[in-house]
Amino acid sequence: MTTVFRDTWWLTRRRLAIFLNQPGYLVVTLIQPAVWLFLFGNLFRRVVELPGFGVDNYLDYLVPGVLVMNALASSIWAGMGMLEEIERGTMNRLLTLPISRTAIMSAGLGEHAVASIVQSGIILGMGALGGATYPGGIVGMVILVASAILLGTAVASLSNALGMVAGERETIIGVNSFLLLPTTFLSSVFMAKDLMPGWIATVARFNPLDWAAQMGRSALSASPDWGLIATRGALLVVIAALALMVSVRTFRTYQRQV
Amino acid sequence: MTAREPRSPAVEARDLTKTYPRGVKALDGLTFEVAEGETFGLLGPNGAGKSTTIKILTTLAKADSGVARVVGQDVTRDPQEVRRRIGVCSPGFRAEPVGRGVGKLVAAGRLRRLDVVELRRRVSELLDRFGLADAASRKVRTYSGGMQRRLDIAMALVHRPRVLFLDEPTTGLDPEARTAMWQEIARLSRDVGMTVLLTTHYLEEADRLADRIAIVDRGRIVAEGTADQLKTELEGDGIDIELADATQAELARGVVASLPGIREVAVEQRRVTARAQDGAGAVPAALAALERAGIGVAAVSVTRPSLDDVYLRHTGRRFAEAALAASGGDA
Ligand SMILES: Nc1ncnc2c1ncn2[C@@H]1O[C@H](COP(=O)(O)OP(=O)(O)OP(=O)(O)O)[C@@H](O)[C@H]1O
Ligand SMILES: [Mg+2]
Repeated sequence: MTTVFRDTWWLTRRRLAIFLNQPGYLVVTLIQPAVWLFLFGNLFRRVVELPGFGVDNYLDYLVPGVLVMNALASSIWAGMGMLEEIERGTMNRLLTLPISRTAIMSAGLGEHAVASIVQSGIILGMGALGGATYPGGIVGMVILVASAILLGTAVASLSNALGMVAGERETIIGVNSFLLLPTTFLSSVFMAKDLMPGWIATVARFNPLDWAAQMGRSALSASPDWGLIATRGALLVVIAALALMVSVRTFRTYQRQV
Repeated sequence: MTAREPRSPAVEARDLTKTYPRGVKALDGLTFEVAEGETFGLLGPNGAGKSTTIKILTTLAKADSGVARVVGQDVTRDPQEVRRRIGVCSPGFRAEPVGRGVGKLVAAGRLRRLDVVELRRRVSELLDRFGLADAASRKVRTYSGGMQRRLDIAMALVHRPRVLFLDEPTTGLDPEARTAMWQEIARLSRDVGMTVLLTTHYLEEADRLADRIAIVDRGRIVAEGTADQLKTELEGDGIDIELADATQAELARGVVASLPGIREVAVEQRRVTARAQDGAGAVPAALAALERAGIGVAAVSVTRPSLDDVYLRHTGRRFAEAALAASGGDA
């Protein structure tokens, strides 16, 4: 087990070095969450005037949602990094080293977790500048970021698996464009549950993005609902673990086609 | 060290088959063995199955059937143990072009769990050995093709592997860099007795480096042995006798043909050509017999068959033709 952690540590450093070596990508990664927040914050500013949000300031409602949505939107492209590793042959080199396959997968996730933490800081900071308040305090923020990381882990794992099996950018682009918008809008990220059409509220109950959004929002609110936080958190842990298992299994499929 | 079999081969491939998902049969019952300390060359045209063989032996790909063992371990049963003992350098397995030379070697050692002090010593040793000491702190992105290749091999060697797999080690290098690489590879096997399995398109490379060569064609080994054995298998050297006087040609043919061990005697104006198992050994007898018959000889030459002849014999194609035919469809 310690070897898995050690391998993950070195491989995560390796992934981060590759990541930092692409300044353009880095800048986009840092700017994107700010754009989300600015756009949606302005676009929907007045929706809080509708009853059902339970907050006076829409930003208070929006920040946790945008934060987890951002985690989804960046981790869903993890498969592209995987594909690049495969195309460059660097994945093949890793696979012939005596390191744990789980570590190879977790390293990509570690990279996303680090990116997620940095982006979360930016979003929370921008939100505060815009006038959002976080009554849940530090504990709330930590829980919120944890929910984003869990969601990101699940999504990035599946994206990695897809990249490894599909072997083509087009497949990832197609699947992502198909999933990203519906997943976002069939959730409570922008709109309170009570204000949604009934069927959307029902669908949202099965949407992991919604679990993360609810968990984070509640944790950051003045009166966290610990039961809700615990159940959503548990659900996210389960799907993250399942997704990681699936992605490690796909190495076998890869072995057959390489 | 376990004392099971006293001399189990360093690499063993038995009846390997592999068909890729879209129906390409890459390996079709491939079998060979490499002894400890030996340098073994897989020679063959594009698409013959050389890289597929390397991928299976290095635990990357899975064979459909057959057995692959490296340092006595089955690659599917204990892949991690195999990975600990091998180094791989292949166009299909590259390090990311990020970072500096020394950093890459250190990172390679870390992933091999080398002790920090030992690793530092090993890295500077490798940098010296591969002529990269001056470029050690340069970004690898600025390396020339030859430097990049040397760094790749150095990375594959940090942990002192027992078996080194080199897939096309000199493809894309200029002649000077190629010669330098040959010296490096030869030194590895000479100095530390490393077992080396290499693949190549170059007949000359196989001839120069490999103790033994296997010719791979369409997923099978069609010939195997030392370069000399393979050439001898062609049933001999060519003997070419140029006569002083063309009118004696028919007479000379009779004399040469009557000698033991000489075959395929042919005449063309002043020249008599023949094949003999051992060309150099047959020439004195032939000259003596011709002299006794009063036939004057102007010149004699013996030609060893080339690996190209061997290749032609076993695959029915000239090496260059095969390479040309395959290069059209190769990525
Ligand atoms: N990942 C793959 N998917 C499908 N087919 C493959 C794959 N890799 C190799 N092949 C096919 O398997 C056959 C053997 O390929 P291989 O790469 O082993 O040949 P090679 O001897 O290394 O050739 P080269 O000299 O061009 O490197 C070829 O027909 C090739 O097209
Ligand atoms: Mg090849």
